[in-house]
Amino acid sequence: MSVTIDDFSSHYKEIRKMKHTGLVLEHAEEYLEKIYRKYCHEKGSIIPILQEFENEFGYIPEEAIRWIAERLEIPESRFFGVATFYAQFHLKPRGKRIITACSGTACHVKGSERLINGIRRELNLEEGEDTTEDMEFTFEKVNCVGACSIAPVVIIDKKVYGKATTDKIIKEIKSLKTGQ
Amino acid sequence: MKDKGIRINICMGTGGIAAGGAQVMEAFKKELRKAGIKASVGKRCTMHKVGCRGLCAKDVLVDVVKDGNKFTYQFIQADMVPRIVQQHLIENNPVSEWLVGEDYHNFHNKQVKVVLSDCGNIDPEDIEAYIKVKGYEALKTVLKKLTPEKTIEIIKKSGLRGRGGAGFPTGTKWEICRGVEAEQKYIICNADEGDPGAFMDRSVIEGNPHAVIEGMTIGAYAIGADIGYVYIRAEYPLAVERLKLALKQARKKKLLGKNILGTKFSFDIKIKLGAGAFVCGEETALIASIEGERGMPRAKPPFPVHSGLWGKPTVINNVETLANVPYIIRNGDKWFSSYGTEKSKGTKVFALTGKVKNSGLIEVPMGITLKEIIYDIGGGIENDKALKAVQTGGPSGGCIPAGMVDIKVDYESLAQVGSIVGSGGMIVLDEDDCMVNVAKYFLQFTQAESCGKCVPCRIGTKRLLEILDRITKGNGKETDIELLEKLGNDVKSASLCGLGQTAPNPVLSTIKYFRHEYEAHLKGKCPAGVCKDLLTYYILEEFCKGCGACMRACPAGAITGERKKPHKIDPEICIKCGACFEVCKFKAVGKE
Repeated sequence: MSVTIDDFSSHYKEIRKMKHTGLVLEHAEEYLEKIYRKYCHEKGSIIPILQEFENEFGYIPEEAIRWIAERLEIPESRFFGVATFYAQFHLKPRGKRIITACSGTACHVKGSERLINGIRRELNLEEGEDTTEDMEFTFEKVNCVGACSIAPVVIIDKKVYGKATTDKIIKEIKSLKTGQ
Repeated sequence: MKDKGIRINICMGTGGIAAGGAQVMEAFKKELRKAGIKASVGKRCTMHKVGCRGLCAKDVLVDVVKDGNKFTYQFIQADMVPRIVQQHLIENNPVSEWLVGEDYHNFHNKQVKVVLSDCGNIDPEDIEAYIKVKGYEALKTVLKKLTPEKTIEIIKKSGLRGRGGAGFPTGTKWEICRGVEAEQKYIICNADEGDPGAFMDRSVIEGNPHAVIEGMTIGAYAIGADIGYVYIRAEYPLAVERLKLALKQARKKKLLGKNILGTKFSFDIKIKLGAGAFVCGEETALIASIEGERGMPRAKPPFPVHSGLWGKPTVINNVETLANVPYIIRNGDKWFSSYGTEKSKGTKVFALTGKVKNSGLIEVPMGITLKEIIYDIGGGIENDKALKAVQTGGPSGGCIPAGMVDIKVDYESLAQVGSIVGSGGMIVLDEDDCMVNVAKYFLQFTQAESCGKCVPCRIGTKRLLEILDRITKGNGKETDIELLEKLGNDVKSASLCGLGQTAPNPVLSTIKYFRHEYEAHLKGKCPAGVCKDLLTYYILEEFCKGCGACMRACPAGAITGERKKPHKIDPEICIKCGACFEVCKFKAVGKE
């Protein structure tokens, strides 16, 4: 199996640019090698490796899985099997800002569905899509953030908005849009 | 003991922080510096972050303790702080209109706090605070005075049962694992609190992480494990952070690691982050997930106590279960078993949420009635509407109708009426909630979380959901209710793990108690006005002031009308999003 690491490197730089992290690695390989060394002696490392990728890139690039799978001599299919099993892993690049709406029970009975539809309309998201075309926003539902007393809850870039109304959240999104 | 200093406690659980806790703390720091409290009052002033004290609906809650007198303020925001500092701390005159009222005290009066006794009173980021309230004394007693067998006996006698849902006796689980011969054993703390509507494990770890660590260490000593894992949801960043800090502090104090407290016993704890899969709350799936694989359950036996993590004997206990342990050792098994009913001992923490006035985290003795919880502690239904049902146990539980609120809350009584204690979510539903929609909501959840390994769960839940979906869209067939019941029972009896075995519960219990609502949907009506395909929105002309708010809010352009004259909704264009209903200040938008 051949890994086209050059393709991956240029792709990797693109992602970096997008994420504005300012951290420049000469080659993606350097980073992947670091991850390999960190986990090569550990049992049950598939989930932690994928979590590293998710934190580093904001999603899990398929190329990264191919590279690490070959290096660790673990079939790729096991990585993909795990990556598609858990809600936390994303195989597609995500937007610069993450908007999360809680759809736990308390939020549901307090009208989170209306809220969710309102946000999706504001972001112009097609059915089945969760990232805006310009890669600015990704919108997700989560099962429960455990802040049921202030339901419904929306989280925008880790900031928690309790007792959210469609109005309030849309205003917030609009100001983010113009602030860009 | 009267403390001469000034002490300010600020609620900094997830709820408190979301409500602005950090800003309130900053404001206090700034104001106190400005007022030069130390110099002018001449007293020591300390500020503490405390974990959840339960009544999150009234956050940010702030205690001000001066000369030994404690006053609690509610709904505090940063801009209110200067007045508190000036009037209360300098002029000695508490701001009475911001103090908590009678309902705050009622909320606490009927509760019995064991697991939560120190949550909200101590700084969770400071091990000394826990030690001050006798923390780690139980561990000392166990390691220096008790044998593992004696420790197990105390837990057995106390009657403690698993707080994660199934209610298996904790002492018995430990005893079985103790009896298995193996070189290596593990203890796992299950903090994968995936039930929507439940947050007690999160609050316990955020509010008192050392109690969980102490309980786990005692458990490890009892079964003979030297490595422990806490499997915790990545969605709980604050809890993870506090737990990491607590582990570091405990190691530094020799309460974890090699030769704990100078004895021969060694034990350490690792944190494993969950990656977002509800099924991982199931023991064998959780183990697969720690091993780095897809979190899919396997058939039992063998049970984890015989063959668990990496094939070694493993005990898995829930957060709340473990947090009970230090208190039981310290106060004795008789003290613990004096609370509760004959078969359900001690207290249970519930996350009381939904349409109840005082929503938050509560701890009550087992056997309290549902009525006492909702009306005495919860303060009744929001906006004084009528109670319809209480949902307990999350997606694995059922709905208890308003007519049965005199029921006792314990493992056996709830099981009898088709629900479960579960992990402790308790969601109050009022007249505006549609029971078919609630059942569909839970099934949507379990269907999406079904791991796909066994057919009854993978396909059965999907078919159940399709039937519910067509009922809520007005396309239900006459035979659908019976079909739901039959299929539901099949899925229950044939599924591999707890997820599938309980997934039909919300459907079956709502059919049992609210069959008339299902029948109404079959006739094309949603009595509560929730299911949008069965609704029409219209404008009540006599109330409409023609303000145009609904027109501006309507994303579909379905509303027309001149200013100051009644508007109209075109049912052909209306997408039934409810935006007009939400924005109208005159209650002029009706739905049917």
